[in-house]
Amino acid sequence: MLQIDCPWCGRRDEDEFTCGGQSHIERPALGCSDEQWGDYLFARINPKGLSLERWRHTYGCRQWFNMARDTVSHRILAIYGMTDPVPVLPEARA
Amino acid sequence: MPVPRTHSALQLLRQAIGGHRGWPQFWRSPEPKPAYDVVIIGGGGHGLATAYYLASKHGIRNVALLEKGWIGGGNTGRNTTIVRSNYFYPQSTDLYDHSLRLYEGLSHELNINLMLSQMGILTLANSRHDVEMLQRWSNAIQVQGIACEWLEPEQVQAEVPALDVFGMRYPVKGAFMQRRGGTARHDAVAWGYARGASQLGVDIIQNCEVSGFEISDNRVRAVHTNRGTIRTDKVGIAVAGHSTVLATLAGFKLPLSSMTLQAYVSEPVKPALDRVINSPMVHAYISQSDRGEMVMGAGADAYFSYGQRGNLPPLEDGVRSILEMFPRFSRLKMMRQWGGVVDISPDTSPIIGKTPVTGMYINCGWGTGGFKAIPAGGDLLAATIAHDKPHPLAEPFCLDRFRTGRLVDEGAAAGVSH
Ligand SMILES: Cc1cc2nc3c(=O)[nH]c(=O)nc-3n(C[C@H](O)[C@H](O)[C@H](O)COP(=O)(O)OP(=O)(O)OC[C@H]3O[C@@H](n4cnc5c(N)ncnc54)[C@H](O)[C@@H]3O)c2cc1C
Ligand SMILES: [Zn+2]
Repeated sequence: MLQIDCPWCGRRDEDEFTCGGQSHIERPALGCSDEQWGDYLFARINPKGLSLERWRHTYGCRQWFNMARDTVSHRILAIYGMTDPVPVLPEARA
Repeated sequence: MPVPRTHSALQLLRQAIGGHRGWPQFWRSPEPKPAYDVVIIGGGGHGLATAYYLASKHGIRNVALLEKGWIGGGNTGRNTTIVRSNYFYPQSTDLYDHSLRLYEGLSHELNINLMLSQMGILTLANSRHDVEMLQRWSNAIQVQGIACEWLEPEQVQAEVPALDVFGMRYPVKGAFMQRRGGTARHDAVAWGYARGASQLGVDIIQNCEVSGFEISDNRVRAVHTNRGTIRTDKVGIAVAGHSTVLATLAGFKLPLSSMTLQAYVSEPVKPALDRVINSPMVHAYISQSDRGEMVMGAGADAYFSYGQRGNLPPLEDGVRSILEMFPRFSRLKMMRQWGGVVDISPDTSPIIGKTPVTGMYINCGWGTGGFKAIPAGGDLLAATIAHDKPHPLAEPFCLDRFRTGRLVDEGAAAGVSH
């Protein structure tokens, strides 16, 4: 069971939250190729290790935020705002 | 005593007299050779079946199968063993029924008892809307030639006396049943294909992890492993939850997400359930194994993971749903719980075929439901490798569909994950 520090509500159990998938995906310009559009919609980094993800406190304040998490240990490395840049993550050097 | 090559009643008797000390190894464990015609990565069912069919159907026998751990130690040995061919779209019907038909002859072909038990699978409707959707679903696949039946609640109760058809919070309003669905023994599938492949000359190499590729002019030349570099110009990848890791090493992208799917079993009890029961709405499924354990599962865990272990909240959800359907199982003790890393694709359909790298082929995206598809997945990947051209049944499941938009959206039929 993860305990997640919602930036607005504080520490809560994981079942109050929803993982919204890979973060920082940028929508390409409308004139892009089918390949770029397909990548935008479907291709995912799906990392083994450091993962940058969007989460929502669905059964709480319903706000979105970003999380840096390890997909093997599940350890949460950082929580940061939706539009913030990726913070420096000293633990995730591996 | 001569090394027995097959299992027969006579062998069994001989071995029993000899205290079962004379059984040979199921497959050879050779050192890797410097080069092979084809290298298959991943010793799950799909990789093993691919190697077997390359040798048996296409005469390609100079093949290595590389497995980082042990044969069947991935999802193939962790799944709840349900087989069925009741998906929704014609492409899927053709694929999964090809698989089920291969399963029906496989114990004989591989000379191993796969314990294929076609006890029938019921998909429950727990609301008026479910009834409409499931009747549409069952009608659609009947049009495609898959026999299935609609059952009214009384008939469901007759098929499954242990189910709380009328008492549960969302009582059963009906169900559709595929009688050819059921379960099979997962280990036997892996071991049977491994032995069959090995006997035809395939080298099965365990504890051999692929850590990179040599690629030049966009063509694969060799694979790097912890047991040295192996030269080859054809590579088949069948590593389920680790597909993106290998694709990244080879320099191409995949549309997959790796998640945990859990299963859990109770202590063994006397026969109490002789159908597979699955409710998309209450959201869980259950069958009883030949050993008497209740084997259960539900949806995948809620976030990405390569951890190969489950989280508590989805386990609690799953068990709660099972008890909603079968209150009488509430005093069963749970024995084991585990997780596997499943490779979920955007349309919950598999990816079988060529990759952007010449000479490299992939079989992945089976997600929560690829055990039933092992014979077909192996058959189609082997044919695609042998002819360097997608097998017709595999064509709709090419990687390219995520560019063209021709998705095969089986989200509903894959539903409760199995
Ligand atoms: C809990 C659970 C229940 C399920 N229930 C069902 C069910 O009831 N019915 C159904 O049809 N399906 C079910 N599934 C899905 C099914 O198990 C899988 O789709 C199927 O087993 C996938 O087979 P595979 O051969 O592709 O993968 P796996 O069996 O996972 O094999 C892949 C292999 O690749 C190896 N590997 C990975 N990386 C490397 C590397 N770098 N080098 C060498 N080897 C590597 C792994 O060690 C692994 O052994 C379930 C899955 C789970 C987890
Ligand atoms: Zn909150």
